[in-house]
Amino acid sequence: MVEKALFAIFMEGVFIKNFLLIQFLGLCSFVGVTKDVKSAAGMSGAVIFVMTMAASVSYFLYTYILEPAKMEFLGLISFIVVIAALVQLVEFVVRKNIPALYRSLGIYLPLITTNCAVLGVVLLNVLSEYNFIQSLVFGVAAGIGFTIVMLMMSGIRERSNLVNIPSSVRGLPQAFLVATMLSMAFVNYFWVIPI
Amino acid sequence: MSRNPVSEIIRGITRDNPIFGLVLGLCPALAVTTSVENAIGMSAGTFFVLFCANIFVSALRKQIPSTVRLPIFIIIIATFVSIVDMVMEAFFPPMYAALGVFIPLIVVNCVIIGRAEAYANKNNVFYSAIDAIGASIGFLLVLCLIGGIRELLGTGQIVTFGYTLISSPIDPAMTTMILPPGAFLTIGILMAIVNYQKARKAARGG
Repeated sequence: MVEKALFAIFMEGVFIKNFLLIQFLGLCSFVGVTKDVKSAAGMSGAVIFVMTMAASVSYFLYTYILEPAKMEFLGLISFIVVIAALVQLVEFVVRKNIPALYRSLGIYLPLITTNCAVLGVVLLNVLSEYNFIQSLVFGVAAGIGFTIVMLMMSGIRERSNLVNIPSSVRGLPQAFLVATMLSMAFVNYFWVIPI
Repeated sequence: MSRNPVSEIIRGITRDNPIFGLVLGLCPALAVTTSVENAIGMSAGTFFVLFCANIFVSALRKQIPSTVRLPIFIIIIATFVSIVDMVMEAFFPPMYAALGVFIPLIVVNCVIIGRAEAYANKNNVFYSAIDAIGASIGFLLVLCLIGGIRELLGTGQIVTFGYTLISSPIDPAMTTMILPPGAFLTIGILMAIVNYQKARKAARGG
């Protein structure tokens, strides 16, 4: 099962197993941060970065420390600590070197710690027994898939705020109904790209 | 501050309902609700973690320095999630296979860290435990509702632990409902109904 083409893993991460619309990972930011395109883009950028970093760091941690020591049961706890530490690190580096980016990301950076999409990438990598390159590709692909959907969703929501609809549907219910349509489109990748 | 255990439980089901009241924990609520059975399994796991984490956080609330409280909460929660993960894998393998990666992901379920931060961090052990029970019942009811709707429309019947509860004459079954779009559709419509009821109650001066 390890012999999977990198392109297949990439397409799987971006479309077939899209994190937001198919696997329901990271929905909190999906409904919370997609009110306008700008913050959605900021959040997505931060998520791609943290996902890629988390995928590679946790691979080394799991393969070279936890597995030889027969401590796989500590996986979950150590992954969450790694992600929290990474987010802190990213926050320090970005604040010191790129203040403009830091200001535009704002509170979204610390929020990533509790974004289940990041932990989801790490856990799925361990579950699918990917090697280092495959883990990295899956991390990047999941981030790109996340970004595509966040941008589509925020664009649609910006426009649909101008539509006249019943007040009880406005807000979250409306966001979920839009997500239904997007999800229907993504479900069809199951059949388009057989893996 | 007048409160009693019963009203605290009811508050967890209605006003502070994790899904509709606080809009927390959406990921598991949508991902595992393809059947009532999965919904019950997920709620049971979440209940155990929430109950234990609330008690621990509440008992240690005077010792935990407030600046580093979130990492400490996460480590407490992750410990109990690891326990649930191992117990489910050992004793309920079919359920474990169906819920998959969402068992370890209970650790980032915002319901648990939300209750720890908003309630257990400020209240005594007894009421924190009661709060956990209330929130879990609310979570269970909503998950079963979503799971029931999706399973009934998607497969034409609700089968829970080998017993057929309801079978409906829908033919052909709407397979879309157990695919991801069905989850978004169900929760969108349910939320619209809840909002409508809230607005009507507010208009009556409730």
